[in-house]
Amino acid sequence: MSTTRKFKIWRGDSEGGDFKDYDVEVDPGMVVLDVLHRVQSRQANDLAIRWNCKAGKCGSCSMEINGRPRLSCMTRMNSFGPDETITVQPLKTFPVIKDLVTDVSWNYRQNKRIRPLKPKPRGADGEHRMYQEDVDRVQEFRKCIECYLCQDTCHVLRDRDGQDRFVGPRFMIRLASLEMHPLDDDDRIPEIRKEFGSGMCNITKCCTEVCPEHINITDNGIIPLKERVVDRYFDPIVFMGQKLFGISKRR
Amino acid sequence: MLDISELKTVETDVVVVGAGGAGLRAAIESSAQGMKTVVLSKSLLGKAHTVMAEGGMAASMGNTDKRDNWKVHFRDTMRGGKFLNVWRMAELHAKQAPARVKELEEWGAVFDRTKEGLISQRNFGGHRYPRLAHVGDRTGLELIRTLQDHGVHQGIDFLMECTALRLLKDGERIAGVLAYYRETGRFVLLKARAVVLATGGGGKAWRVTSNSWEYTGDGVYLAYEAGAELMDLEFTQFHPTGMVWPLSVRGILVTEGVRGDGGILLNKDGKRFMFDYVPPRFAPETADSVDEATRWLNGDKNARRPPELLTRDVVARSIRAEVKAGRGSPHGGAFLDIASRRPPDFIKRRLPGMYHQFKELAEVDITKEPMEVGPTLHYFMGGIRVDADTQMTRVPGLFACGECGAGMHGANRLGGNSLSDLIVFGRLAGKCAAEYARSLGASPQADAEQVTLAIRGATDILNRESGENPYLLHEKLQDVMEDGVGIVREEEDLKKGIVGIEELNERAKNMKAHGTSQYNPGWHEALSMRSMLVTAEAVARAALIRQESRGAHTRVDYEGERDEWVKYNIVSRKGADGHMEVEKVLRPPPVKYLEDIANSKIEDLEAGKVGADAPND
Repeated sequence: MSTTRKFKIWRGDSEGGDFKDYDVEVDPGMVVLDVLHRVQSRQANDLAIRWNCKAGKCGSCSMEINGRPRLSCMTRMNSFGPDETITVQPLKTFPVIKDLVTDVSWNYRQNKRIRPLKPKPRGADGEHRMYQEDVDRVQEFRKCIECYLCQDTCHVLRDRDGQDRFVGPRFMIRLASLEMHPLDDDDRIPEIRKEFGSGMCNITKCCTEVCPEHINITDNGIIPLKERVVDRYFDPIVFMGQKLFGISKRR
Repeated sequence: MLDISELKTVETDVVVVGAGGAGLRAAIESSAQGMKTVVLSKSLLGKAHTVMAEGGMAASMGNTDKRDNWKVHFRDTMRGGKFLNVWRMAELHAKQAPARVKELEEWGAVFDRTKEGLISQRNFGGHRYPRLAHVGDRTGLELIRTLQDHGVHQGIDFLMECTALRLLKDGERIAGVLAYYRETGRFVLLKARAVVLATGGGGKAWRVTSNSWEYTGDGVYLAYEAGAELMDLEFTQFHPTGMVWPLSVRGILVTEGVRGDGGILLNKDGKRFMFDYVPPRFAPETADSVDEATRWLNGDKNARRPPELLTRDVVARSIRAEVKAGRGSPHGGAFLDIASRRPPDFIKRRLPGMYHQFKELAEVDITKEPMEVGPTLHYFMGGIRVDADTQMTRVPGLFACGECGAGMHGANRLGGNSLSDLIVFGRLAGKCAAEYARSLGASPQADAEQVTLAIRGATDILNRESGENPYLLHEKLQDVMEDGVGIVREEEDLKKGIVGIEELNERAKNMKAHGTSQYNPGWHEALSMRSMLVTAEAVARAALIRQESRGAHTRVDYEGERDEWVKYNIVSRKGADGHMEVEKVLRPPPVKYLEDIANSKIEDLEAGKVGADAPND
């Protein structure tokens, strides 16, 4: 049975914009992206949406739905109350291009700053030997679909002047995937601390909460990197002090 | 009047159109050969349809079963392709895939491992041995991310959200590409010495498809308009297992890895029906009892493979036959059951994406319940006709690789042969495009008229007062293809389909996009319709001509493979009168050692009685 649902969709561009109301017919099983497509084909042909796979694998259709960073292709309509109005707007952390599409090129620039894998030489038999238990953690980080929801929700990046000092959770786990890669023969700790700003993260774990791939960004990625930085740069006494201070401050 | 000197212009050696696995691999190679290389990416980098590939990439490394080698892989590929593959391409692919996969490791890819610490390989349909290097069920993502992260450090220019509209020529030769940026709606003129098309397939012309919005046949259209030939387009692969419910996700892929890891297909009566559909060619190598299939699953190397792992064309047709006979699942598919075959932690580890996808989109827990699945348009075996050793089309300087190229997979592609195709032929196309570009003297120049015509063809859609809604025309095309050019075809339906496409061709001349050119999906949809219509027409016309059933092309009015038809490819091109010409073209005979290997008994091949004379490089 289809029902008519109320949507508020942000329409506009870098100059500004506003929410517009749409009444849309919704069929069972639909996700928010289906509804947006229906608006696009029937009511607003030029509604700008970025999307690709519609299966939660490419990370293109990120937006804020009722204030939460979500993939619209994985947000089912039956997760809302029957009379709830659904508000859809672009990611706040990045500049708007048009409607629901933002300019995420900043992320691509950060990625390019990260040096690629520097592989150790192959064994005498011409093989790289790595064991599953040694790559499990790296594989967890490599599940990332670059939807940038974590970047969107990160307090440091959302306050845009933080974008000069911190690469954000997405690239912290990319750095972690290299730092923990069994084949990587590079020292990345100095730049993780200085250039990429590991100290900027204050571990509120918002990034982990919004990750559609359920990657433990903070616990498995960022905290171990911070620990490696601390091990390298701070002597045990200072280290203990900081740790205690840090913990007490967090509590 | 448009002055093209005011256009943004980029001068380069090689332009690669497409940033999926094939395009990125081609660009990396072209750049490595010292050529200035630009990649046009219709989406953001790293979002291409390659990320949807799940199961793995086929390469006979023999890490899991030492009996594997390129000859067995080649034989499997030819048999899967029903002997219509371009022999030389299947040979190059089988020989080069292992080196290409290992190279990815060097660039940071982290495949699942064997107990010995090597790249693990999994079973898949049509592959005699476990052959697919994989990362859970997200191998495509691993491939694209690896190539992306490596590629951005190779001095390649990536133009993101930039769509190719027309290939430009200087006489017969390629001279560049006209494209437009979505973000601004502005045009960009790319002057180049060589162009590599790596644009993927055209599944979006069908309603039930696993393909993303980008799959609109752009490369096929661009090449066709530029005078290149198309081949084998009647072979459109329907993957047997797409989601069927809820309707909004109908068509989304369910990896063959489910069956590779032990999943079985059941009808509504709980019968494991695939045992009833084993074709004679595969009977000697397929289990004939549940008991034998179970022994195979438990690792008995003397047991034969279960019938669920027959090639995709066979499994897709079997599911359709069960549904037609009234034995389908509630929403018109079959049940795919792994819950009763493997423990939950195994399923979650090996198939995390599938677990997630069903849980979130269908509210089904695949560790407890069976999935409902049915055929979905998945892949184009056909595409742009190329020379096997260079990947060049008949237009000098125009190359094609990956799914938009033709020949490698014949009448039906084996699962896992696509990702390996991308890296093998992507590299070859990039290498040969670079060599071609270097060998040219003065840069070719396109005249201004080609550019202005192409720009006007695009802007007319925005400028006319009123006209057809491109979204609704697209939906209409999907109806036409679903009804006339579906998984099972016959003359009358195909003819109706062609008439339907011709009508849409007329209506498409009057498409209207509202709004401005800046990030306007309606305009983009209208531009894509042009590609989809040419692609759809080429599929329908080729399907009408091929009067037999072979691989993915099934004609109810011409059942079974006909011996005389394996001698021909169906080739189409744009005629002098502007209409599509389609003809049967005689295939060249294979070299003897390849013919011997493809036709050998597996025992003879493995005993070295056949194929010992084949060169290994």
